[in-house]
Amino acid sequence: MTDKTSAKVWENVPSPFCGIASDDLRIEVCGSSVRVLANGDAVTVPGFERPVTDTAPRIAGEPASLEDAVRRAAEILKEARLPVFSGFGTDVNDTRAALALIDKVRGIFDQARAAGGVRNLLALADSGWIATTLAEVKNRVEVLLVFGSDVEAAFPRFFERFVWNRETLFGQDPARREVICVGRAPSGDAAVSPDGRRPQVVECDPRHLPELAAALSALARGASLQAETVGGIPVVVLRGIVERLRRSSYSVVTWVAGQLDFAHADLTVQQVCQMVALLNKETRAAVLPLGGQDGDRTASQVCAWLTGYPTRVSFARGFPEYDPYLNDASRLLKDGEADALVWVSSLSPAPPPAAEVPTVVIGRSGMQFDEEPEVYIPVGVPGIDHAGHMYRCDNVVAMPLYALRDCGLTTAAAVLAAIEQSL
Amino acid sequence: MLIKLTGGTVYDPANGIDGQVRNLFIRDGRIVHSLNGATPDQEYDLRGKVVMAGAIDMHTHIGGGKVTIARNLLPEDHRADPEPRRGLMRAGCGHAAPSTLTTGYRYAEMGYTAGFEPAVLPINARQAHMEMADVPLLDVGGYVMLGSDDFFLRLLSAGSDQKLINDYVAWTIRSAKAIGIKVVNPGGISAFKFNQRMLDLDEKHVYYGVTPRQILKSLARAVHELGVPHPLHVHGCNLGVPGNVETTLNTISGIEGLPMHLTHIQFHSYGVEGDRKFSSGAARIAEAINANKNITIDVGQILFGQTVTASGDSMRQHANAGHAHPDKWVCMDIECDAGCGVVPFKYRDKNFVNALQWCIGLETFLLIDDPWRVFLTTDHPNGAPFTTYPHLIRLLMDKSFRNDMLATINPEAAALSTLGSIDREYSLYEIAIMTRAGAARLLGLTDRGHLGAGAAADITVYTDQADKEKMFTRPDYVFKDGELVVRNGEVVKVVWGNLHTVQPEFDNGIEARLRDYFDRYHTMKLDNFVINDWEIEGDGRSKILVHPCHQGTRS
Repeated sequence: MTDKTSAKVWENVPSPFCGIASDDLRIEVCGSSVRVLANGDAVTVPGFERPVTDTAPRIAGEPASLEDAVRRAAEILKEARLPVFSGFGTDVNDTRAALALIDKVRGIFDQARAAGGVRNLLALADSGWIATTLAEVKNRVEVLLVFGSDVEAAFPRFFERFVWNRETLFGQDPARREVICVGRAPSGDAAVSPDGRRPQVVECDPRHLPELAAALSALARGASLQAETVGGIPVVVLRGIVERLRRSSYSVVTWVAGQLDFAHADLTVQQVCQMVALLNKETRAAVLPLGGQDGDRTASQVCAWLTGYPTRVSFARGFPEYDPYLNDASRLLKDGEADALVWVSSLSPAPPPAAEVPTVVIGRSGMQFDEEPEVYIPVGVPGIDHAGHMYRCDNVVAMPLYALRDCGLTTAAAVLAAIEQSL
Repeated sequence: MLIKLTGGTVYDPANGIDGQVRNLFIRDGRIVHSLNGATPDQEYDLRGKVVMAGAIDMHTHIGGGKVTIARNLLPEDHRADPEPRRGLMRAGCGHAAPSTLTTGYRYAEMGYTAGFEPAVLPINARQAHMEMADVPLLDVGGYVMLGSDDFFLRLLSAGSDQKLINDYVAWTIRSAKAIGIKVVNPGGISAFKFNQRMLDLDEKHVYYGVTPRQILKSLARAVHELGVPHPLHVHGCNLGVPGNVETTLNTISGIEGLPMHLTHIQFHSYGVEGDRKFSSGAARIAEAINANKNITIDVGQILFGQTVTASGDSMRQHANAGHAHPDKWVCMDIECDAGCGVVPFKYRDKNFVNALQWCIGLETFLLIDDPWRVFLTTDHPNGAPFTTYPHLIRLLMDKSFRNDMLATINPEAAALSTLGSIDREYSLYEIAIMTRAGAARLLGLTDRGHLGAGAAADITVYTDQADKEKMFTRPDYVFKDGELVVRNGEVVKVVWGNLHTVQPEFDNGIEARLRDYFDRYHTMKLDNFVINDWEIEGDGRSKILVHPCHQGTRS
């Protein structure tokens, strides 16, 4: 891996970026440049191919040694009364190291894209669900219902890998599968079957998604609705959809919670889950909450086992406290409650939000800032620069990540541990 | 580092030592015969103290997907038991599904030095290991689950040669870095995916056409023939169903003498006598276990209060979801491999069924003659959180305390139970067997669970007290691999435990077949499925320990 001139090709590389953990990528590494040769998509290709630019840390925009940058970050944390940590496009070890530091400085853990995950987690902790995983979908799904989401926009290879696969374990012909999109039309043709059948699409204004979910849940319960339309959709159509799921031996209902961007969307998720739970009184059905891009699920899982809570955890009182509303980093910054921001993101190049408090960024090399942070320490990417682990959207499969190149970048975990030690 | 432990009263059943005053010597983490005249670096005066090996929990749900689902499901339970950062210990939370760090601290504070996760799904093994790696102070290991996975059911259904099945079982143990094989509701987790709602011992799976009895025999034989020390670890059919005592007795006879461990047998010991059609089958179960020396059990005692049940048994958990308290639950179908169900539960002492469950567990403990074949568990957290163990030990060691408790439970249940008429009290020696020597022997851990020369210096020192709950709650000292980690019930040093595994031999031909299977049907590549050593040992905390298999030589 020290040979900077000759290219090396890696097979079956797992993607830490795409949430469905495609692990069939072929990748060429030449020096510090990476090219996806096969099985890339609109998410994984930029994820892997983003060039390394910065290798040296900066303090207030000036190049600095790693030691000085770590020292300055520690000073900021020592002075802070309530530092908030966010970002968290990270792998397991980076998240572990971050939580050790947050515990020590009595900070708050949040994720830049916690909102989507929180919608699911609130539904989970209030009533639960009956869920499935990607290989069950691939081998067993008969009817796939997509609720209020454009799956292929966020997961370009979902249909190719798990719906229109060539063969299944139980003799089912995947090409005959049915896809029903409720509430939102897909942006492309990924949901079109190999023989050209288009999905059944029942669209409505996104404002009506909550009542649509409630209607589906009520119909699954066997209730008769007084209304003749819901969100402009005839109830008879919705009843037909529920009946189709009831007749199916294994239906899967999916959504992308990050796209259900309206107030109290957790209640909509809950209604969808209730519909599926009710279907299971007679037949089998399950939910598949899609998400987890750029380490979103990973950080949440690690946080759950280390603290007991999945995200938005405050250590301000010396023990973990979960509050999915109060511990929102953007709220803490806007209301002036947090007095330092530490942005940890080794997978995603997304920069921190503009903040008026001292900001430390432990971020992927190549991150671009509108406003230079007080400290920036560029780090390597798990799955490109160093080995690690990531979680897939279904929370079940953790994928190993491998080091594909060595351009001298340190890990976020090492930087976080160094900061903790210099406190 | 040389340590002398002077004058303690030693209970070391593996070496036949029953309360004798002995000196113990530790050299660099191991127990030795003597220090050969060298002056110890440290000496502990243990006169008047009780000394045992570190305790081993051979069935405790401490890591893996379903535990973290339980964590995410129950924020309110965590809120009631915050664990602030103090001293060397990081913050976390406790009660039913504690955070990993708190799990390790609390186990160590009770004198435990090892815990084994009994439901490691092959596809989720990596997560189980990552979580267990974050449990400090405990050695860990896992039993990997087979029996509802498509690949095995397909082999069995096709009438494959046992040798091929053995290869697959061995490959799975090695890939998942496990120490044993667990089967949960044999075939039932898969059957639930095909909308079967129960699967009795001789009932056929609708797709594969095989029965739980066939599954159990095939897997028990594989484990035996591979020489894996731990017998097939069985969570049987019909968990929680009144009348399941018959299924359990049939399971025992159906295994035809092969070694088999029946886990949380309390949940499988229910009769249908009486007005409520719910009665204790403990006496019949105990009689069968006393008669069948190939069978070992752990009890899965329930204790009253709020907890959460987390199981691979999606079929039975879904069936019991109506009893959820609070009213929420999660079930999952997982990767054509397994499943899980997480259902919060509150056991109430005034509830007839719960009270009788409590009696059934205790009857089981007290009616089985051989303490080497019964293990102290609550199936944490399913029967109760592990932090209740000292209370459970008191119930077993103190008849008058037990009868006082019996007087407080649902009187109908108490009247139906024989518990009040059982005089047996466990001795310290028997407790040491159940929680140390027996557990180590059952798992094939030759250097754990005892205090003889060569053993790892995992040692717990207690002050003998009339109140055994108090005694076992707060040891004076706990040593982990020779390092003092707990003093007076407080963690004084944080170390990281080892991972115990076995690596049975197999014909590598199975891997080509599996590679093709993964490519066609799975959602990950075989090479990414297999857990590598660096994933366990890479960060310098855990060490992989490999225990020998004795292929073809075990009786």
